[in-house]
Amino acid sequence: MERETKDGGIMKIGVLALQGDFAEHLAFLRGLGAEGVEVRLPSHLDDIEALIIPGGESTTIEKLALAFRLLEPLRTFGQTRPIWGTCAGAIFLSTDTLERQHRLGLMDITVERNAFGRQADSFEADIHVAVLEDAKTPFPAIFIRAPLIARVGPNVDIIAHLPNNKDNGIIIAAKQGHFLATSFHPELTGDDRFHRYFLSLTKT
Amino acid sequence: MDKKVATFTVKKGLAQMLKGGVIMDVVTVEHARIAEDAGAVAVMALERVPADIRAHGGVARMSDPALIQEIMEAVTIPVMAKCRIGHFVEAQIIEALGVDFIDESEVLTPADEAHHINKHLFKIPFVCGCRNLGEALRRIGEGAAMIRTKGEAGTGDVVEAVRHARSVFGAIRRLKNTPDEELMSFAKEIGAPFETLKETKDLGHLPVVNFAAGGIATPADAALMMQLGVDGVFVGSGIFKSGDPPLRAKSIVEAVAHYDDPKILAEISKGLGEPMVGIEVSELPKTERLAERGW
Repeated sequence: MERETKDGGIMKIGVLALQGDFAEHLAFLRGLGAEGVEVRLPSHLDDIEALIIPGGESTTIEKLALAFRLLEPLRTFGQTRPIWGTCAGAIFLSTDTLERQHRLGLMDITVERNAFGRQADSFEADIHVAVLEDAKTPFPAIFIRAPLIARVGPNVDIIAHLPNNKDNGIIIAAKQGHFLATSFHPELTGDDRFHRYFLSLTKT
Repeated sequence: MDKKVATFTVKKGLAQMLKGGVIMDVVTVEHARIAEDAGAVAVMALERVPADIRAHGGVARMSDPALIQEIMEAVTIPVMAKCRIGHFVEAQIIEALGVDFIDESEVLTPADEAHHINKHLFKIPFVCGCRNLGEALRRIGEGAAMIRTKGEAGTGDVVEAVRHARSVFGAIRRLKNTPDEELMSFAKEIGAPFETLKETKDLGHLPVVNFAAGGIATPADAALMMQLGVDGVFVGSGIFKSGDPPLRAKSIVEAVAHYDDPKILAEISKGLGEPMVGIEVSELPKTERLAERGW
């Protein structure tokens, strides 16, 4: 099965490959019949239809993006094409910062780093995500020194919460137009529904 | 909602987040900040880098918990700390500090001459060194969530890291061409647990992330290890024993990201100042070779 673009070619999806678990995302894209492209330099953005920013260390990814002059090309790319950030990628996509870092500022969300604690507090949990196919089946979310979404702007849709005992729950996934942010790692699971969902954003 | 903590998925997941990155040995808060600013994915909090452990001699033990804690407070990236091979109480103490990863390391003096730590019992993940596939799979069998080559720490000579990486990848290539009915003999031959060996064959690679360590001193060394097939690198003495640590640290981070692009490697290798002086491994007496430690 191959994912086709409007003119019948194979969909080309970039994965930012400066640091992190980009190979896991590329494997999912292959599994879904899309062509995955490693993006390390601005010129690598030219032929791709959408971009995934993987999990990793956000400070490292930001510094490498700055050093190799990717910040402005990524911002321009985001004006017209979909971007999905997982964990560190979600931090990189966000607007507001609680620390001074080099973020893309494409999504109107505030992301708090290491919000659940250190590695001993990393966890797995089954969550419900209404926008996915077969939405009644829980999605196995994996949180590694994970961030949370502390604030969303008016044009942002919240697509997943982690239940807590206090209020409506903690925001862990959000969408704003063609931008998607998840504080967990669908690329570490055996469940390709989030990747399918992102490809569906790319087609419209 | 059920939260499952300390699963193997979560342990090896942190190692997956470190891929394509550089983990740097640091001995002070100032070093830790330099490492973070240079783009390190994690720091290893130590009292002495391996080159100084070599020079100092004597028994090398876990670092002072107060130093480890100061470094944890100084940076936002993951912090690792080393315990001695088989010293599960040092590991318990490190875990109690809230460190993110433990390195059960041959760089320290072994506490047990026959057994490594049962790493399944811990909530935080472990990384262990190896020289070959059998050793890597024994450590994974004991619960290691990440593997690194041993190399020869504190020498600035990459030759042992290359030997160990080639040994592991060569054995995996051989394993992939081994029919299933020969796997038990293969496991016996290399002293590996059967199930983990079978899993490695089916995956075509180790079931956990595999970094290079031991003797990496330049951006070219780091890129060499990446081209040989490792997922990232540890740099111990190579950064803070060099002439310009911040610049060298940044250039090694960039070399790991662009390991396959010689033009970029040429640019970032320019004008880095003096590398660490180093010791040729072939001139080290066998008794001073740290990689021989571990069973």
